[in-house]
Amino acid sequence: MTAVGERDAAPAAGPPGEEAKPAAVRAAMRWHQSSRSDRAWRRLLVGFGLTIPVLLVGIAALLAHGAWPALKKFGGGFLTGSQWDPVSDAFGGWPFVFGTLASSLIAVLIAVPLSIGLALFLTELAPRWLAAPIGFATELLAAIPSVVYGLWGIFVLVPFLRDWVETPLSDRLGGHLGIFEGPAYGPGLLSGGVILAIMIVPFVSAVSREVISAVPRAQREAALALGATRWETTWQIVLPFARAGLIGAVMLGLGRAIGETMAVTMVIGNTPQVPHSLFGPAYTMASVLANEFAEASGDVHRSALMLVALLLLGITLVINACARALVWHVNRGPGGSR
Amino acid sequence: MDAQPLQRPRTPIPTAAPVPPAQQPGPAALPTAIEARDFSFWYGANQALNGISLVIPDRRVTAFIGPSGCGKSTFLRSINRMNELIPGTRHQGDVTLRGESVYRGEVDVVGLRRRIGMVFQKSNPFPKSIYDNVAYGPRVNGLARKRADLDELVETSLRSAALWDEVSDRLHTSALGLSGGQQQRLCIARALAAQPDVLLMDEPASALDPIATQKIEELIYGLKQQYTIVIVTHNMQQAARVSDFTAFFYMGSLVEMGRTDLLFTTPKEDRTEAYITGRFG
Ligand SMILES: Nc1ncnc2c1ncn2[C@@H]1O[C@H](COP(=O)(O)OP(=O)(O)OP(=O)(O)O)[C@@H](O)[C@H]1O
Ligand SMILES: [Mg+2]
Repeated sequence: MTAVGERDAAPAAGPPGEEAKPAAVRAAMRWHQSSRSDRAWRRLLVGFGLTIPVLLVGIAALLAHGAWPALKKFGGGFLTGSQWDPVSDAFGGWPFVFGTLASSLIAVLIAVPLSIGLALFLTELAPRWLAAPIGFATELLAAIPSVVYGLWGIFVLVPFLRDWVETPLSDRLGGHLGIFEGPAYGPGLLSGGVILAIMIVPFVSAVSREVISAVPRAQREAALALGATRWETTWQIVLPFARAGLIGAVMLGLGRAIGETMAVTMVIGNTPQVPHSLFGPAYTMASVLANEFAEASGDVHRSALMLVALLLLGITLVINACARALVWHVNRGPGGSR
Repeated sequence: MDAQPLQRPRTPIPTAAPVPPAQQPGPAALPTAIEARDFSFWYGANQALNGISLVIPDRRVTAFIGPSGCGKSTFLRSINRMNELIPGTRHQGDVTLRGESVYRGEVDVVGLRRRIGMVFQKSNPFPKSIYDNVAYGPRVNGLARKRADLDELVETSLRSAALWDEVSDRLHTSALGLSGGQQQRLCIARALAAQPDVLLMDEPASALDPIATQKIEELIYGLKQQYTIVIVTHNMQQAARVSDFTAFFYMGSLVEMGRTDLLFTTPKEDRTEAYITGRFG
């Protein structure tokens, strides 16, 4: 038996060797000898902690496994192929990737100025009695179910955009600018982008508001005391100070827009093609999964959808990771809150 | 549940009737830069200033002394309306700068703050380069049109704040890389570069070593030819060395203000004497 084993087996009174150990060391050793129930408890907690990573890896593995046949068949061409034809088993994912990225980009372009403007209004300008209800109302927007946004989109937003935005733009600028060309159907890329924009405003503005109000008052005071106007203070001091956090907020919004399914499916037109213009019908990765998976016509079709899902997961993970990294950077980095 | 109501002797808030400026030997005999008339200030329900009336003479150094929490910073920050950025605050009475009201009527607050430089109790450099920190005031105020002028202004300001020698070779590195004392001197340089005519300094030397402190004191001495300076300090020797006039604050009230030499040798009020001889505070 080794010395360690002997010590473990020794009773509390212990042999002389045990006595020689400093009291602190003995205390530490006792602390490590956890009881049976302690060990069970610890295992349970570790189990909880591992649930999420295991789930994530499991999902990715499942998707990868399902996507494997399609990946073998189409290879990298899947990403660039524009044909999506279940009848002849020809599958290219580019229209969906394009639709997702383009609609999310439109959403971010609309939502970010709106959200940061709103956050600035609430933190820098609005008196408290006004800021509280407006902030609350904005957060309520986040609680509206996606399908309700979709219905509102079909009955209100799409007709409005068609008659008041798309048709006039297409009539006046369509001949000169390709992105405004062609008939305004209503459901299409622009409608999808706008509805996504409305849906991400609560998130982007809430994070922006937090980031902006974390800018120390001493920074604003320093600028104002030097004779800067409020406008100058906001643009030259507050926003640069909050810059990294704001980029994080934008990425968070982008991540949400990319993953959003229901509302965008209801207004984007669901046509697997790269649209001819901003007004043309399109399709997103999330939408095609929702629409086609249940009645996939064959193994290749199902596998191709799995591949789309895998791509979607990859893109959202990368964007969310970037967002986290940036928010984390704000809290520790040199320009951060110190 | 029959606890006696708390029997605590209520300490009356000392409301020393301020000495009318005309009877003071010093401040009132000189041209006035800043004057407060019965000025009170509240943070929410908490009254921080209690009917302050005083006169700060032009082109002299005035020191504010008093125990911690007595309202020195609050009064200083009332002169350039910094306190109004804090929600829930209010004031009563008025402060004038060269005869013009700071609070009443249509005051151009931005213009007012351009004329008043401020060094804050806690140093607050921008997370920008050293150069850009000092150049911020001149830039927003349009003081230096040409790059060379701005360079020169930045250099003289840094020299005045006794910082030039330490930073001249790294002007374009982040100001956050400076030590605490260097950051405080940077804030002094930044205030000077905006070329104000009143300079409010809230404990500018509290984070500095004796050598830098001495440089700042020399700077204050040199600046009083051109500037009206108000300095808050906990250091009685410093007040005695640099200031022409001293105001003693206690619990939100002005107890006594007068020529520094007289106030430190023959204070009129018992509380002043107790404070400067170190019996409290
Ligand atoms: N932002 C604030 N909100 C609420 N109360 C405040 C605020 N700033 C100061 N006070 C209160 O006002 C009173 C005066 O504070 P002030 O900072 O003017 O004291 P001071 O004389 O500068 O003290 P010190 O020498 O410690 O800097 C104190 O009771 C303080 O607690
Ligand atoms: Mg103070």
